Amino acid sequence: MRVELEPLPAVLDLRQAMAEERADVHPLGPVVKEIRIAKGDPEPVWSRAAHVVEDEVESGAQEQLYIEPQGMIAWAGPEFVTVTGSLQCPYYVQHGLCAVFGLPAEQVRVIQAVTGGGFGGKEEYPTVLAVHAALLALKAGRPVKMVYDRAEDLAATPKRHPSRTLSRAAFDHDGRLLALDVDFNLDAGAYVTLTPVVLSRGALHAAGPYRCDHVRVRARAWATNTPPHGAFRGFGAPQSCLAIERLLDKAAAQLGLDPAELRLRNLLQSGDTTATGQVMREEIDLTGLVETALELSDYRCLRAEFARANAVAGPEDPRRGVGLAVFLHGAGFTGSGEKRLASRAGLELDGQGVVQVLAASTEIGQGAATVFQQITCGALGVTHEQVRVAQPDTAHVPDSGPTVASRTTMVVGGLVERAALALRAALVADGLAADADPAAVARALRERGRSHGGERWIESYQQPDWVVWDEENYRGDAYPTFAWAAYVAQLAVDPLTGETRVEEFTAVQDIGRVVNPLLAAGQIEGGVAQGIGFALLEDVRWQAGRMANNRLSTYIIPTALDLPRIRAHFRETPAGYGPAGAKGVGELPLDGTAPAVLAALDQALGARLARVPALPEQILPLLTPEATHA
Amino acid sequence: MRGNAADLELRRPASLEEALELLAQDPELKVLAGGTELLVRHEDGSLGPARLLDLSALKELKQIRRVGDELEIGAGVCYADIQAHPDVIARLPLLVQAAEQTGARAIQERGTLGGNVANASPAADSVPVLLALGVGLLLRSRTAERRLPLDEFFLDYRRTALRPDELITALRLPLTPPPLQYFRKVGTRRAQAISKVALAAAGRWTARGLECRVALASVAPVPLRCRELEAFLAVEAGRGDWKERAARQLMDGLRPIDDIRSTAAYRRQVAGNLLLAFLRRAEAGRPGQDGR
Ligand SMILES: Cc1cc2nc3c(=O)[nH]c(=O)nc-3n(C[C@H](O)[C@H](O)[C@H](O)COP(=O)(O)OP(=O)(O)OC[C@H]3O[C@@H](n4cnc5c(N)ncnc54)[C@H](O)[C@@H]3O)c2cc1C
Repeated sequence: MRVELEPLPAVLDLRQAMAEERADVHPLGPVVKEIRIAKGDPEPVWSRAAHVVEDEVESGAQEQLYIEPQGMIAWAGPEFVTVTGSLQCPYYVQHGLCAVFGLPAEQVRVIQAVTGGGFGGKEEYPTVLAVHAALLALKAGRPVKMVYDRAEDLAATPKRHPSRTLSRAAFDHDGRLLALDVDFNLDAGAYVTLTPVVLSRGALHAAGPYRCDHVRVRARAWATNTPPHGAFRGFGAPQSCLAIERLLDKAAAQLGLDPAELRLRNLLQSGDTTATGQVMREEIDLTGLVETALELSDYRCLRAEFARANAVAGPEDPRRGVGLAVFLHGAGFTGSGEKRLASRAGLELDGQGVVQVLAASTEIGQGAATVFQQITCGALGVTHEQVRVAQPDTAHVPDSGPTVASRTTMVVGGLVERAALALRAALVADGLAADADPAAVARALRERGRSHGGERWIESYQQPDWVVWDEENYRGDAYPTFAWAAYVAQLAVDPLTGETRVEEFTAVQDIGRVVNPLLAAGQIEGGVAQGIGFALLEDVRWQAGRMANNRLSTYIIPTALDLPRIRAHFRETPAGYGPAGAKGVGELPLDGTAPAVLAALDQALGARLARVPALPEQILPLLTPEATHA
Repeated sequence: MRGNAADLELRRPASLEEALELLAQDPELKVLAGGTELLVRHEDGSLGPARLLDLSALKELKQIRRVGDELEIGAGVCYADIQAHPDVIARLPLLVQAAEQTGARAIQERGTLGGNVANASPAADSVPVLLALGVGLLLRSRTAERRLPLDEFFLDYRRTALRPDELITALRLPLTPPPLQYFRKVGTRRAQAISKVALAAAGRWTARGLECRVALASVAPVPLRCRELEAFLAVEAGRGDWKERAARQLMDGLRPIDDIRSTAAYRRQVAGNLLLAFLRRAEAGRPGQDGR
């Protein structure tokens, strides 16, 4: 066989893709997905507004960096495929295997092995690896184990989409936002992964938590010839939140207002409508949230103090800054996504009276198993010995949907709670006293278990009927509820080296009822850490479309020493529709961390950076007096 | 893991004599001290099949002791032991700083000073400190022992004056180094970081100027001692805008590269800035000056 290869010119990044608009990069064209959101009519506003501000912001790819690389073990024969591995979404993997092997779901079994973090990186790719391993197992007639080493994993698996956003805002004399135009672009890479959905979430967060009557969002995902980008905690929202927050910071400077003051004049209130025309029915107190963050961080004092100190700083004195970001994150799947999923989860009572939680939602280090157990114990009125969480195994647990989109506690936790309440009602019908103590409930469970062992209580998700979403036109209720947050970063830049040290971080959020305070704070701390990496350190270096720094010694994530004290503070407005008013929390902290850090850098440097990560190599020239320039 | 452990053959001598004997018989043996360089190369597959000479049982290489007006640090002493030794703490604070900033605790427990030097990476953090302090290396083969100034050890990128049958047995440092000392490592982050630039300097004022040694990591194919700069400072320090002229001279002479960790422009600028930081401190510490 003879193979002739002719290298064609490749499209290797977003700027090139947008400049060349080459049709030959992907069958769908240079743009693999486009979304438009329109509210009111911004056009006439630009000419009559007191201020028009324009901005451009870019962000790089970011690697999820879960603990263990992708890995899968497969057994396969003509009539069956079984896989086990590190994964977030067992039923996604089952779905993919069914399609490739042409088998019905009953003959394809997927078991989640212990998984050390996913961050979106174990959402989609495990299906690819499961198919590879299962095909080899079928051919070999033997089990096959495939485990990527870190270098392979970093080089091949999808990362956060690089982004480039061009935006424009109009304000009146008092700094009220009149019109907003956002051109949001993602680098999809060579294949279409979850890109359309990531683009959608990015577009839906592009207007931030601000009231504005005239909005245009144009969101496009561009094909390039690099490895494809995909799901990563935040799912497009970190990129678009960064852009709107950068735009507001620029506007504040242009209008001569403090960035916090400009935001306070424009916050969304209950009863307002978002860019998609969604009426905010839930109780929102964004002003209270922002004020809490400003107070806890001492923002106003620090801002004045740093301005004074920076003005007289000597050649080795750190330049300091403090910055604010205000943002929101839609909880659960977008629009009618949850309706389509129609998740199922529940409980099984065994012969000994032990209750098992049945859900395909995976424990990946975030504490899902603890929360399910806690919710079940609470609703049943028993202690934890009585409740276990089943291993996610498609042969045993119903499809509760993927472990993504900050939905596990809110959506699946809600189903588990309902199942537990139904079981409790059955116990009461058996004669259990309404005020029975945990020991009495346990006895009742054992008794019922003896006669009804194996009994299941499965609940199906029903979306509240007021949620109306028009996917065609991107109008209506994008999410049934939102989490809200205001973050403040305080940092110091070393003028000798351009290195940034985040010194304090205050994260104030309203995620509805906090089901488990320790785990919720853990989500915030971890998310802020990942956000600081996104903002200051994590830089995927592409060389001819390949990741050149695919080692842990060259792809730099923050260590404990690179992180500040992170203060997570919760204001609880139980407006969520999860257990007792809970909302999602997992992705939220990724959205606001980078913009808070960059806002603080604005003050420290007296100059603006428009790209993350903001590396010392970019910062140092802004600090170095001409005299010593080489 | 791309290397295969079955491809490795390990010798673990019980004494230095035995180690030197083995090395004399088989100069292809690869020396293994803490393994924090070598095993990385095993992991990524670049080491390949190898016969290893494991020095970890050699107590002779793990001592820190005074010899006359020098401190002798065995080549097999690890960073954690350096940080804990009273003489090092009292007299060689720069070395303590370099040790504290090497990798993180686990690496500090295994990585050795001898390995850092022998490995001859231009990014080695302890090496600029050792160059600034004026270290002598003790090199031994079965038949001979010699002392070589560290300056003369690094020949070219990862090429050293070590002969195939030689081991580094110890480093000799002055017990009373010059009073003006400075070290700053600028890594990719605050721990587990390889240097983008590091600068070490040690010196004293003389009647003519500033007599000092200045050395840099990660700006050249070898750990760099800045002799021209030192000559300039020896006569020009204290005159007019000497600090800025020195920084300019240093920056003009450097030929760093763009690589995966940083850029040439950044490295050059930071090298100049760190030198200025040292010179400002030196000026402040000049006898008879109030430092301003
Ligand atoms: C995670 C990590 C972080 C690191 N961080 C840093 C850092 O911050 N700064 C830094 O400078 N380095 C760092 N390193 C590199 C390494 O830890 C140091 O260079 C260390 O000092 C090497 O010593 P070792 O004893 O482990 O060397 P080994 O791996 O055992 O040997 C290294 C080389 O030296 C040779 N050798 C060792 N001892 C002798 C001897 N006595 N005589 C002759 N040849 C000898 C070996 O043959 C080999 O070629 C890091 C490494 C890792 C894995």
